[in-house]
Amino acid sequence: MKYTLNVNGQSRTVDVAPDTPVLWVLRDNLELVGTKFGCGIGQCGACTIHLNGVPARACMTPVSTVGRMKITTIEGLAADAKKLHPVQQAWCELDVAQCGYCQSGQIMTAAALLKDNPKPSDEDIDGAMAGNLCRCATYTRIRTGIKRASELAAGAKEAAQ
Amino acid sequence: MSTSALAAPVSRRDFLKLSGLAGGGLALAFYIRSGGDAAAQTAPTDFSPNAFIRISPAGVVTIVSKQPEMGQGVKTSLPMIIAEQLEVPWKDVVIEQGDFDTKKYGNQSAGGSQSTPSNYDNFHLLGATARTMLVEAAAQTWGVPAAECRAENATVIHKSGKSLKYGQLAAKAAALPVPAKEQVKLKPESEYKLLGKRIPQVDSVKIATGAPLFGIDMKLPGMLYAVYEKCPAFGGKVVSANLDQIKTLPGVKDAFVLEGGGGVKGLVPGVAIVADSTWAAFSARKQLKVTWNEGEVAEQSWDKFVATARADAAKPGKTQLRKDGDPDAALKSAAKVVEAEYLYPFISHANLEPQNTTAHWKDGALTVWTPAQIPNLAVGLITRVLGIPADKITMHLTRAGGGFGRRISADYVVETCAIAQKVNGPVKLTWSREDDLRHDHYRPGGLHFLKGGVDAAGKVVAWKNHFFTFGEGGSPGSGGSLHKDELPARIVPNFQSEQTMFATGWPMGPWRAPGSCVFGWVFNSFIDELAHAAGREPASVHLELLGTEKSLPGGGQGGRAYDLERFRNVVKFTLEKAGWGKKKYAKGQGAGLGYYFSHRGYFAQVAEVTVSKEGELKVDRVVCGYDIGSQVVNLSGAENQIEGSIVDGLGVLMTQELNIERGRVVQANFNDYPLIRINQSPTKIECHQLKTANPTTGMGEPAIPPIAGAVCNAIFAAVGKRVRQMPLTRVDLRWA
Repeated sequence: MKYTLNVNGQSRTVDVAPDTPVLWVLRDNLELVGTKFGCGIGQCGACTIHLNGVPARACMTPVSTVGRMKITTIEGLAADAKKLHPVQQAWCELDVAQCGYCQSGQIMTAAALLKDNPKPSDEDIDGAMAGNLCRCATYTRIRTGIKRASELAAGAKEAAQ
Repeated sequence: MSTSALAAPVSRRDFLKLSGLAGGGLALAFYIRSGGDAAAQTAPTDFSPNAFIRISPAGVVTIVSKQPEMGQGVKTSLPMIIAEQLEVPWKDVVIEQGDFDTKKYGNQSAGGSQSTPSNYDNFHLLGATARTMLVEAAAQTWGVPAAECRAENATVIHKSGKSLKYGQLAAKAAALPVPAKEQVKLKPESEYKLLGKRIPQVDSVKIATGAPLFGIDMKLPGMLYAVYEKCPAFGGKVVSANLDQIKTLPGVKDAFVLEGGGGVKGLVPGVAIVADSTWAAFSARKQLKVTWNEGEVAEQSWDKFVATARADAAKPGKTQLRKDGDPDAALKSAAKVVEAEYLYPFISHANLEPQNTTAHWKDGALTVWTPAQIPNLAVGLITRVLGIPADKITMHLTRAGGGFGRRISADYVVETCAIAQKVNGPVKLTWSREDDLRHDHYRPGGLHFLKGGVDAAGKVVAWKNHFFTFGEGGSPGSGGSLHKDELPARIVPNFQSEQTMFATGWPMGPWRAPGSCVFGWVFNSFIDELAHAAGREPASVHLELLGTEKSLPGGGQGGRAYDLERFRNVVKFTLEKAGWGKKKYAKGQGAGLGYYFSHRGYFAQVAEVTVSKEGELKVDRVVCGYDIGSQVVNLSGAENQIEGSIVDGLGVLMTQELNIERGRVVQANFNDYPLIRINQSPTKIECHQLKTANPTTGMGEPAIPPIAGAVCNAIFAAVGKRVRQMPLTRVDLRWA
């Protein structure tokens, strides 16, 4: 079946089986491999993308259900390709990652959290991020990273005003 | 340094004679100008005094990282050492991942927290040698003594103030002989600008933007996608499969049986499906029907072994590891005796990136892209099982989405290569999570039956342990052998340890800090039990046991002697940092101490916990003191390893358990094999270095062993419940 998808603001057409999870369309067909395969059952969050701005598990989302919804992946998170998203900036600045495999999923979830809640508490962070596993267990840095991203985003907002 | 000092380098041939290949691999590479793959990128005017450093006339400094990167941070930390000695600004350095090539790079094993200690001195020398040659090149250009010149910021500066950039000196330096080790002066620690700083990983931006980095991200033109189904019961063989049906399914290119070879950790027999996409292969696999000959391993279950261990605990062990003094008499005359059973299950590595490899078999040669930890073992296995000679194998090292010891094994590599031999073109094998949990090389579980005694003065005088472990192929699994010197051997006067092994057909392999990750828990916890039995403050009992001697004779962890002074000092240092004994805790809260020596590092941790009345554990704070010698390489990476190890060790204690029934793993995915999540992580972790005048050692593992003991001892202090079983999901911590 042919599907025309809106991926990171671009129209992309793929010819795949209707039950193909968006994860594999991104990885195998569109060569956007930042979205990761970890468990295939929505338990680890490594495949987190945004569908119309809301975090979703790409491994559990058949391509046939996406329609015209806007898909955002880690590769398209930064609005301006030359400037990282505040969460990405904070992740680099604080050296959050170890192996890094889960981090695109962590960053996508964190970015969605900050959009809804620009100044999250530790509890808010733990609540929002509990669906994303990090096998290297960088959780304490993820908490700090989100707080730093919150500062960076607030600073950018102020600067823009 | 004068020109004449550079005139007598060790010739390559002499050096070869002196060093031989085995031990001198890295040092050998040191004397060979880049060849092979790197040569293609090395212009004749580049300055490349060894396989690791390249400086172009345009001034671009490239440092090759030879070790596999799996999140331990070596791709950043080891090049930092070279950059420090080379005197180049870190922000301008380009880091390149080296392929597997021991002739060029020497040993490329990433495991056992060895990357730092085994390369540290050599990497200093590599950088300093290149710097010495650049200074010499400038001195010759100006016709001045080298001693009047210094290197700084990728520039050589003469005392008169004139300067030349490294790029300008590259061609000239390239023509100079490589000086001998004795003629190279290392920068002293006091002049370090980079080492010890917090440096983000070189691939941070790539990670944060989702760039292709990992083995699983490989894509080659015309590449096919494979899955591989193995018998759920270990050691089972294929009898038949519905291959003809599978071959008719959409996207499927081929399906075939591999007979296997090389044992339970080699090429495991199974059925391969090759398709034009991952999803087509995954989908076809759901239709696959295989008849297996499960074999005798399907008779073996964990529960039965545990029951046998309990029945046999009081009998003598199969092997007596050690006997000092008279433990039975000491127990008889002890004021207090404690008996306990400590149990921990099998667990999985569960790397978040499922096992995968890409391979291309063409004209009798194999090219492999793999996230292996020890590529040398992978090549060895391919040669052994598939008969492909090592010189016909090219191996590219990709970033690994977690190692933890799992990717020391190369079963998934050899599977891919065997599939590649039957496929026309490149092929990538991707394991499912279920494959990964059910076909890991597991950390063995174990049971310790302990008896300990304290005398009337409250001193620990007796310790007896009958340890039951699990093995495959005649010997215990990795980390499943209790060393005869394992603590508290030699610090408790009447001591006995015995070991009984259950022979299984279950694959086992090294899991981060093998052995230490559980022996530390047993040692720290049971000493704490004895301290409480004696009615004493536990830290004082632990310190008393560590005595007053400088070091402990015999072999310590990994055959290395314990330096008791470093041990005591790091424990005292950590207690002080944590404010031990100065806080009052409410009921349900408490602090505990854990400490251990592993992988050359002395680590101590104090955990503060809260246990709710409903029995839920929250770790409020962990203070970690560590002695890994005089110089941390990358403080950010080092602390990340400590923080991650603490949370990892806590996760093992809290949630991880695999059950093996009828020779197969019961759990399948993260829904029934939960890993620790952010909301279960400690609120706060503090890392404090205790600097000592000792060689720098590795950080990947030694922070794991103390955490479970520290937390369990804190739980006892908080609610009076002793944890003797992992994971905590099996332990009732409720209190009223």
